[in-house]
Formats: sequence, structure tokens, C-alpha cells
Amino acid sequence: MNQFELSAECLTPENYREQLRDPTCGGFSTFEGWVRNRNEGREVLELEYQAYEPLALKEGSRIVAEAVLRYGASKAFCIHRVGDLAIGELAVWVGVGAPHRDAAFAACRFIIDEVKHRVPIWKKEHYSDGNSGWGNCEACVEQAANHRAPSSRRA
Amino acid sequence: MARRKLRIEYFAILRERAGVDGEELDTEAGTPAELFAELSERYPFPEPDRLKVAVNDEFSDWQAPLADGDFVVFIPPVAGG
Repeated sequence: MNQFELSAECLTPENYREQLRDPTCGGFSTFEGWVRNRNEGREVLELEYQAYEPLALKEGSRIVAEAVLRYGASKAFCIHRVGDLAIGELAVWVGVGAPHRDAAFAACRFIIDEVKHRVPIWKKEHYSDGNSGWGNCEACVEQAANHRAPSSRRA
Repeated sequence: MARRKLRIEYFAILRERAGVDGEELDTEAGTPAELFAELSERYPFPEPDRLKVAVNDEFSDWQAPLADGDFVVFIPPVAGG
């Protein structure tokens, strides 16, 4: 089992959990990220995740390995969906087994936080008003457009 | 100036702005920063200050020298999870 994977198919947490079973583990912590129906006040109908796969796999595996080392976890795994997802679907799953619960909780939190910041995966939200947008991307593009427009004034 | 052939792939907002998934380019750009500036002349790309760059599937410095045949990906702010 690789430490980080991408999947175009529905995630199957019960399988990952069984593969992480380890007699040295007294604590097992998981995190599930689900597709939510609202973001920043807008109603979301569905999502699309796009990944730069070779680098996403490398960076994701580095994060999981860092978590194991940093918190002394026994086993850890993270898997992220790509492609089109409906509301309520499982987008990301993290599981960490450790001798004690503190390490399991901390490593699990570390992995999901770092994945969100470091792994090249992008989310396109389709809204009920017919518009769509790439999360975190649109603001920087608007900024650039304002910056370039000759008539624009900066407040 | 030396010219080099580069392969570029676009993701997320950059793919939409470029209108293509990727392309091959014969260019004088010697660094990812120079390449991004050149591409920004053709496409309405965002400012590069919030972007990262990868060369040959590994994160790279914007000022790293590019070699003939390199594969370049510009990385907009990520949004997984």
C-alpha cells in the first residue's frame, strides 16, 4: 500500500482501514473530507478535482512519511479523489495508526492540513447560479486583471 | 541567445486561460520566470507571485536554469481536501 494515492473511483474506507491494522497500534484516527453543498455563501451543485498526478503522488507521500516520523505513528495512509464528485461524496480520506491516541490524532491532523496546502490538486466548484470557479485561483486572477487594466486605480 | 524546446502542461485556471491542456514551445526563455513572462504575453495569466513551478515533476526555483527537453508545470494555489 502506497502512503498516498489518487483515485478516480469512489473511496472505500473499510478497505484502507483493514490494510492499516497493526498489532503495535492502540489508537487509530481517521479524517474524512466530504463534498459540501455551500462554499463562501454560494450553493455548490458538484465539484471537479484535477491533479498534477506525478507531483501530487510524490508530495503526498512525503507528507505522510513526515507525519509518521514526526509523531511516531506506526502506519498512515491518505487517498484523494480526482474527477467529478457529487455533494456528500467522500473527497479525501486519512487514516493513522499509532501506539497511543495522541500521536494518531496529531498525525492525522498534520496530514490533512499539509495536503490542503502542498499537494497540487485543484477544485472546481459548479454553482447553482450557473457559474463555476477554481477554488483559491479566481482571486489571484482577478487581482492580476485589475493590476493590468490601464484605467484601474488601486485603492 | 540559445533556444530550447520545452514541454508545458497547464492545470486548473491556467488550463482554462490558455485554452489547451499543454503545448511544446521553442523558446529563448532560460528560467521558469522568463517562460511564465513569455506565456503571459499570450494568455491572460495571473501574476506569478502566488504560483509555484515544477520542472520535470519536482518543485523548482523560478530562477533555475531550464534545459532543452524540460517539462514545466506552473502551479496555481492548490485547493485539495
